[in-house]
Amino acid sequence: MDDKVAVAPRITEPLEILKARKGIERRPILPIIELSVLVLFAVLPLIVADYLTVFFTRVLILSLLAISFDLVWGYAGILSFGQALFYGTAAYSVALMARDLGITSIFIVLPAALLIGLVLSYLIACFLLLGRRQPTVIFVALGTLTGAYAADRLARGWYYLGGQNGIPSIPQMTLGSYEFDQGSVYYYLAFVMLVVVYAGCRFLVRSQFGLALAGIREQEARISFFGYKVQTIKTIVFSLAGAIAGLAGGLYAFHEGFVWPNMLGVILSTQVVLYTLFGGVGTLIGAVIGVIAIEVMSYILADNYQQIWPILLGVLLLAVIMLRPTGLVSLIVSERERIGDFEPSRGRRARWRWGR
Amino acid sequence: MALLEVRGMVKSYRDLTALNGVDLTVEENQFHGLIGPNGSGKSTLMKCIAGAESPTEGTISFAGGDITDTPVAERVRAGLSLKFQITSVLLSLSVYDNVLLALQAHDPLRSLIFSRTRASLDDQVLAMLEQFRLADLRADIAGHLSHGQQQWLEIAMALATQPKLLLLDEPTGGMSIEERRMTGELLQPIKRRCSLVIVEHDLDFIRDICDELTVLDQGSVLDSGTVEHIRNSTKVQEVYLTRV
Repeated sequence: MDDKVAVAPRITEPLEILKARKGIERRPILPIIELSVLVLFAVLPLIVADYLTVFFTRVLILSLLAISFDLVWGYAGILSFGQALFYGTAAYSVALMARDLGITSIFIVLPAALLIGLVLSYLIACFLLLGRRQPTVIFVALGTLTGAYAADRLARGWYYLGGQNGIPSIPQMTLGSYEFDQGSVYYYLAFVMLVVVYAGCRFLVRSQFGLALAGIREQEARISFFGYKVQTIKTIVFSLAGAIAGLAGGLYAFHEGFVWPNMLGVILSTQVVLYTLFGGVGTLIGAVIGVIAIEVMSYILADNYQQIWPILLGVLLLAVIMLRPTGLVSLIVSERERIGDFEPSRGRRARWRWGR
Repeated sequence: MALLEVRGMVKSYRDLTALNGVDLTVEENQFHGLIGPNGSGKSTLMKCIAGAESPTEGTISFAGGDITDTPVAERVRAGLSLKFQITSVLLSLSVYDNVLLALQAHDPLRSLIFSRTRASLDDQVLAMLEQFRLADLRADIAGHLSHGQQQWLEIAMALATQPKLLLLDEPTGGMSIEERRMTGELLQPIKRRCSLVIVEHDLDFIRDICDELTVLDQGSVLDSGTVEHIRNSTKVQEVYLTRV
């Protein structure tokens, strides 16, 4: 009997752990996927029709929004159903700046959108995350959901914000005398923004700070016993993600030329959750792939099955989320690689020694 | 002045009183054992000291300051470290990353964002893994280690925060005899660096390693003193039905 008890932990070892261990020896796949997506986005306007360039500009901007959700949920373990709140508030704010104050300079409106997202998300984090008691996942999820819902209702009922119709005919974003219209230039502007944000987030999640996030995601309670200020770390990530969502909102407002209440609300917030779950939560590229996959599928299905396309899309999403809860990316990326490794490579360690 | 002084500690959960006026004094560089039957309040006392539970009454002073109401993170920064009864290493991270996570905990967030201490902590992580015989396994994920190795990793992580006082709750739970012997060997060098409060059911292990013992029974201190004193205590013999 005693023998059985002694060996029990080895027998019941979870399968993911064994798989993850196997993954150590595999060659890294994530950088290949990242590079492929980068090259694809870089050449797209050169190979597709103009109307598709406009479509893919939206994909790029929504990818920013999906990355912001991935950062909070996939890396910091904060279930936010309110990313659209920061996105939409920034979009409405820059639309009002352009409509009422005539401010359209890219050097003012995009930093303003980023700052509005940052400040609003920081204020919400102060309320939801920095209380005396440690907040539960459900508390934060409901708190952010309520915020998005309330903002949606407010925008629909406020005449100054255009009510149900939103704010149409926003003046175009400008750079000196140049006006940014839909098309290749706007596409590459969004592309550059996505690359910069992606590179920044990648740097962050692979830093020592990223290791702290990995610890929080796995065992939040344990991490505080090392001396980490867990809620402060979460607040930083939440605010940063809010800033990214704000930037995306600003870009979207000037791309479309109008803003409307759906940009603030629960529907878009949920859509962002789906993008990220579908593509692969906890890998930045998974969020981007989720947006590409869902938007392209919606486009094709809506074109071919005008009546029933939402049902077909829903079934597809359900199938992937049920069969692969870790998303499309995990079909080819091992669990171990997804979680990441913070030990320096042999080469880097040698350089450190050499530098001393 | 003692490093840790617990005075009149009471912890009640509705109808149950887990601790009923417990006093505990731990001097610097002292290994202090907490023993007692199941349910005597040992783990509750450890959790109250570490800040995982709030005491109903009583005070805790540590390194000259009152920490009774101090949050966990600040207690750790003041020099307290706890190894949980149930092993709680981060199973999906590598052995190396587990130790680095513990070692970098006191670094400012700005330096973590720019990975400024990654190079300087590398040597410390490797030394720590070497000391706990885990160096060859550093690339393995912690979830794949044996139970004993996970316990050692957890002790290494608790020590990585360079505590003045380390609280170990059943460090040899579930270990083989050989692993227990090795755990004793691994803990001995710590004595030069910090004090230790250890909860353990293995009386042979605790007699070998500790300077002083406190015996708890039904939430109260039954007796306290040197190992020799406890061995000869008639009160303790009545509870344990034998000499400790």
